[in-house]
Amino acid sequence: MGEVKLLGSWGSPFSRRVEMALKHKGVEYEFIDEDLANKSPLLLQYNPVHKKVPVLLHNGKPIAESVVILEYIDETWKTNPIFPKHPYEKAMARFWAKFIDEKCNPAIWQIIWSRDKERDKAIEEAIVHLKTLENELKDKKFFGGETIGVVDIVANLIGFWLGVMQEATGIELVTKERFPILSNWIDEYVSCSVIKENLPPREKLLEAFKSRLNAPAWKY
Amino acid sequence: MEKPRSEVVLYGTWASAYCTRVQLALKLKGIAYEYVEEDLTNKSESLLHYNPVHKKVPVLVHKGKPIAESLVILEYIDDCWNNSPNLLPLDPYQRAKVRFWANFYDQKIIPSSYAVVLSKGKEQENAIKEFNELLTVLEEGIEKDFSTKFPFNGEREALGFLDIVVGAHACNYRALEEAVAVVVEPKEHPAFLSWVTKLKEYPLMKETLPPHDKLAARMRERFSLAPKRNIATL
Repeated sequence: MGEVKLLGSWGSPFSRRVEMALKHKGVEYEFIDEDLANKSPLLLQYNPVHKKVPVLLHNGKPIAESVVILEYIDETWKTNPIFPKHPYEKAMARFWAKFIDEKCNPAIWQIIWSRDKERDKAIEEAIVHLKTLENELKDKKFFGGETIGVVDIVANLIGFWLGVMQEATGIELVTKERFPILSNWIDEYVSCSVIKENLPPREKLLEAFKSRLNAPAWKY
Repeated sequence: MEKPRSEVVLYGTWASAYCTRVQLALKLKGIAYEYVEEDLTNKSESLLHYNPVHKKVPVLVHKGKPIAESLVILEYIDDCWNNSPNLLPLDPYQRAKVRFWANFYDQKIIPSSYAVVLSKGKEQENAIKEFNELLTVLEEGIEKDFSTKFPFNGEREALGFLDIVVGAHACNYRALEEAVAVVVEPKEHPAFLSWVTKLKEYPLMKETLPPHDKLAARMRERFSLAPKRNIATL
């Protein structure tokens, strides 16, 4: 269904979201790994507004912003839908994807990059948001039900990157005691084939975090 | 709890652009709804029950099931009542562009406008400068991404998604000017102002926007006197 290219970055959770969706649907694509410290003219041309990855190119037409791309992918390739079909469930999926991006993830990043009192405050905030998210899981295997859906894809930072960040910093945010249901979900998540085949190499990611923790703030 | 409500209920506040968006969408689609005005300093049990996560307006309750977050609500309205007019275009690529700019407006433009109203003196000057730069990005981006010229809904008779998302907020700029400061430099943004002016004249927009004087008074009360306010109560 046309030529598909993805401008992304090996370590970026946003970029990996798009890869998960494409692979889940069996869409062939060419991956162009961007060096975010030295952005290519292609990236600057196709995402002049934000200058960020991921950018999907479908028949040469660019789409930026990971969740916008996920919606586009689901509307364009109908195999293995990632959004629910029913309007209400779809609205809930959009709501939780937004919650993860606007509340959970920023709190997690804030923990990593801050220190002392600011870090304690960020940890408190992250716990509140992750508890809210955990409540949404209830007794489901995945946010999407029996199989992964868009919310699971969007929650990839929590599903994988967070574990690496915890190891790099020594901070224990999500533990089995504090988050029994979320911890279960994380185990299921990283065992799920379409997810585990689309994660960055753990050691490489750990090293990247460790070195950045000793360096100025990392900008995507 | 209380007497059973209509099939579609909107919890909102008169001054909130996010709530105006939802009212515009409901009216455009001809959806009958009941409106409940919330006092954000004394939130109703219903609001807290229907939006426990954010405790904010707008919340749309359809057959007892709540949806929060204005952009999520707008998409829900379009999905659920897929009669004409469509709020979003039908083509996936066009939809992606509309979503991109709606997100840009909410994540960049609106916070930047808050930075203006919550600051003073030199800080405010800088905030206004940044706001205008972002507005240029918006203007140029929309002109590039959509084939019709400003107002880009010119080929349709009905308001589109971006008209609603941007208009509900931007059409109040005069009230902001009166109460706080001139934020949009007319010479720098003729296209944007022309779009907003045309939107303001649109009958549905006219009847749905909060009354100018009331809004200006409210903004004056909130922004020009007190140094910093909790945005959550807006």
